[in-house]
Amino acid sequence: MIKEIREPLVFELSAPGKRAAELPPLDVPEAKDVLAGAALRREIEDFPEISETEVTRHFTRLSQKNYCVDLGIYPLGSCTMKYNPKVNERLSAHPAFAGSHPLLSEDLVQGNLEALKTLERLLGEIAGMDAFTLHPAAGAHGELTGMMLVRAALEARGNARKHVLIPDSAHGTNPSSAHICGYTVKEIKSNENGTIDLAGLEAEMTEDVAALMVTNPNTLGVFEPDIQKIAAIVHAKGGFVYMDGANMNALTGIVRPGDMGVDVLHINVHKTFSTPHGGGGPGAGPVGIKKELIPFLPVPVIVEKGGRYALDFDRPATVGRIRSHFGNYSVLVRALCYILSLGPKGVREIAEYAVLNANYIRKSLEGEYHLKYATPSMHECVFSDKLQKEHGVTNLDIAKRLIDYGVHPPTMSFPLIVHGALMIEPTETESRRDLDLFIGAMKAIAREAKEEPQTLHDAPHVTYVRRLDEVAAAKTPVLRWEKKS
Amino acid sequence: MSYLSLSDQDKKEMLARTGVASVDDLFCCIPEAVRLKRPLDLPPAQSELELVRTIEALGRKNAGTGLVAFLGGGAYEHFIPTVVDSLSSRGEFVSPYTPYQPEVSQGTLQAVFEFQTLVCQLTGLDIANASLYEGGTAVAEAVLMAQRVTNRNKVLLARSLHPQFREVVRTYIKNLGVEPVEVPFGPDGRMDAAALAKALDDKTAAVVCQSPNFFGVVEDVAALSAAAHGVKALSVVIVAEAVSLGLLEAPGKLGADIAAGEAQSLGVPLSFGGPYLGFMACRKEFLRQMPGRVTGQTLDRDGQRGFVLTLSTREQHIRRERATSNICTNQALCALRATIWMETLGKQGLRELAWQNAQKAAYAAGRLAAVKGVKKAFAGPSFNEFVVTLPKPWPAVDAALKAKGFVGGYGLEGAYPELANAALVCVTEMRTKDQIDRLAQALEEVLS
Repeated sequence: MIKEIREPLVFELSAPGKRAAELPPLDVPEAKDVLAGAALRREIEDFPEISETEVTRHFTRLSQKNYCVDLGIYPLGSCTMKYNPKVNERLSAHPAFAGSHPLLSEDLVQGNLEALKTLERLLGEIAGMDAFTLHPAAGAHGELTGMMLVRAALEARGNARKHVLIPDSAHGTNPSSAHICGYTVKEIKSNENGTIDLAGLEAEMTEDVAALMVTNPNTLGVFEPDIQKIAAIVHAKGGFVYMDGANMNALTGIVRPGDMGVDVLHINVHKTFSTPHGGGGPGAGPVGIKKELIPFLPVPVIVEKGGRYALDFDRPATVGRIRSHFGNYSVLVRALCYILSLGPKGVREIAEYAVLNANYIRKSLEGEYHLKYATPSMHECVFSDKLQKEHGVTNLDIAKRLIDYGVHPPTMSFPLIVHGALMIEPTETESRRDLDLFIGAMKAIAREAKEEPQTLHDAPHVTYVRRLDEVAAAKTPVLRWEKKS
Repeated sequence: MSYLSLSDQDKKEMLARTGVASVDDLFCCIPEAVRLKRPLDLPPAQSELELVRTIEALGRKNAGTGLVAFLGGGAYEHFIPTVVDSLSSRGEFVSPYTPYQPEVSQGTLQAVFEFQTLVCQLTGLDIANASLYEGGTAVAEAVLMAQRVTNRNKVLLARSLHPQFREVVRTYIKNLGVEPVEVPFGPDGRMDAAALAKALDDKTAAVVCQSPNFFGVVEDVAALSAAAHGVKALSVVIVAEAVSLGLLEAPGKLGADIAAGEAQSLGVPLSFGGPYLGFMACRKEFLRQMPGRVTGQTLDRDGQRGFVLTLSTREQHIRRERATSNICTNQALCALRATIWMETLGKQGLRELAWQNAQKAAYAAGRLAAVKGVKKAFAGPSFNEFVVTLPKPWPAVDAALKAKGFVGGYGLEGAYPELANAALVCVTEMRTKDQIDRLAQALEEVLS
């Protein structure tokens, strides 16, 4: 916790001959001709050599340079940073699961298959979908899988179609995923409420359109009030409604995507079901579908017969395999643990408290920060830096100054339809004290923006490093350590 | 069990501040017609103790736990020093988001920078990304990258490339106009050089081989790369068993332009197939075409070194449908585990580990091939896996070995019907001489 400690790169700590791990002596007779005919290396040049004490100090020091959910509120809008229960970490790492090889035959992994099938069923109930696949490794991978299913279903009908409609408030992964499925993207403009413009949708929705990808609540944290009409417009032209379930945590137990006309959706388990984000993964992006899409599910599909579980590869219409093995299993076990811990009431409370906490923050900051859309908020609210800009202060300054107050900044500059956005999502697990800490910091910064803007331009003041030059990093990329010659 | 943190009094005051009478009123914007009018049909909430019992009971249904397994095929059981679990399970690493605010994420960012460097050192290539999902999708990304770099649409895939990886590639490319052509393996288990020469043409974007390949045989990467370069195609080398790089020459030194694959074996547990650790490294001229997140070094306002996510103009959140990939979240925590694992093993340790794997597998291959009717299928040099052919169909042998406490290997009858009665056997440092001897003994009994 000493700010002055500058932790070197491991390569700078390294010295010849040092080592941490040791292996038992080789217990088979050593053969001389092993790997004869293969190109071998003399050494791994510059690979590190340090002791175990040094390994431990190195990573403990590095860890202390991270802000994390275990430390405090992390209100990244759209990212949904909630508490990650410790017991789920312990159970998912249980040797019976962690030591389980994915090529073991079905009879040897019945527990794993039962865990996955159970999670598929529970997610189906929560989302109101007929089936789930747990293969996708992350939300974006789920989008890709879901859109592959749409394409396969349309091809089976005889025409894959050409375009996918995506609102301008969508995550960047939506257009990117649609593109990999061979579709061109048409953007739908948001209306003055920040929601989908029905007339615009109707005009664009033709029989060349494969699907509408809709995020609901959308990235402004606003529920699409016309979702049924939206689905009807898309379905009338034979298209599919894809829902980006990134914000499913605002809906659990309140409303089910399957009941509002959604044909296919993905869920980010770290957002709704508390699996840790790990500093950038691993995630998992289960995809829920309606009956029509079931024949196209990626293989293998887990099937149950009389309490025994099996892997079904014999699916002629499948989109194929979208990854190795069966999904990010230990992440999925954590999600299962969360749902089993919470039960029906607790799962509903995910949405209730997420929405209460977000609205509490919104109400507390209204007037201090500009709110482009007055539409009611669900689990997140999007302010902008418009009022602070009058004093030359940007959302970047606000974000960096929040760090000095001991809280993590919200998501910045997204969604793209709000200039200078500050997208705030507290989640359901925050305490009043931590919510108030954030609100207090935001208010103090609003005051500082008027009275001492330089303090904000210079922020952060308390971190191991000061504001970093991201432009230089991109202009002259240094992406690895190299020995000075 | 509840993870909420508000008291009833908090809730009351917060509702009052928000200006609504009840939590239900906060959902007024959702049309009545679509709302769920019943409680969710989920099992009742469990306390921590109940949950532990439930999940441990599931674990006991995994009958494979007690068996001695000789399984590899893209997922490897290797020794994981205690420091790896201990350090990587720190909340400071487990519970942050993607490092969007670098000033409070230097721990993750520096670790990723070290990971990228270690991957470059292992592969002998210039640059590496911060990770991809897993091996199969990493291969698919490498193929799509080769298409972008060369502007060509044909890709040659070794039949000895992991069958699951090949399937994933086919799924990914089928809507993008890339044509896959499979190149067979020869009698030594390596890619058939004559067949490769025939398949290569000026439409070929890449030659994709795996080394060691799915049969554990080390490919002649230098020759394959030279053949690819002969038609200005890229040489893409897939590594599914990254420990082999402790001993084998780095693909980049043998002409590979892109190395990608699965790095699970560097300290990530088997976990029934995920989460694993996709990786990619390449020559620096392809930097702008590389998929996924990248960490770079820069300076702060005081001139101190620091690290940031960089080159994001390649990525979906900036470039949207024109991005190099749709990947957003990757496998940061698995990459951290691998970083700690590699630094703990170190230069000598990783080499010794690879050496022990090769030695033990060679010993096991000798022991098994000494059993009457059993043969090692391929003469090419192998690392820690090898294929044996048996005088009887594998499923029956497998069942009999299980009864004796062994998972003796992975049957190839599904993925390679052309190899009769064959199984892939993997031996890592985790298997002892005694276990190998007992497997040979058991196989002899089963076949007699």
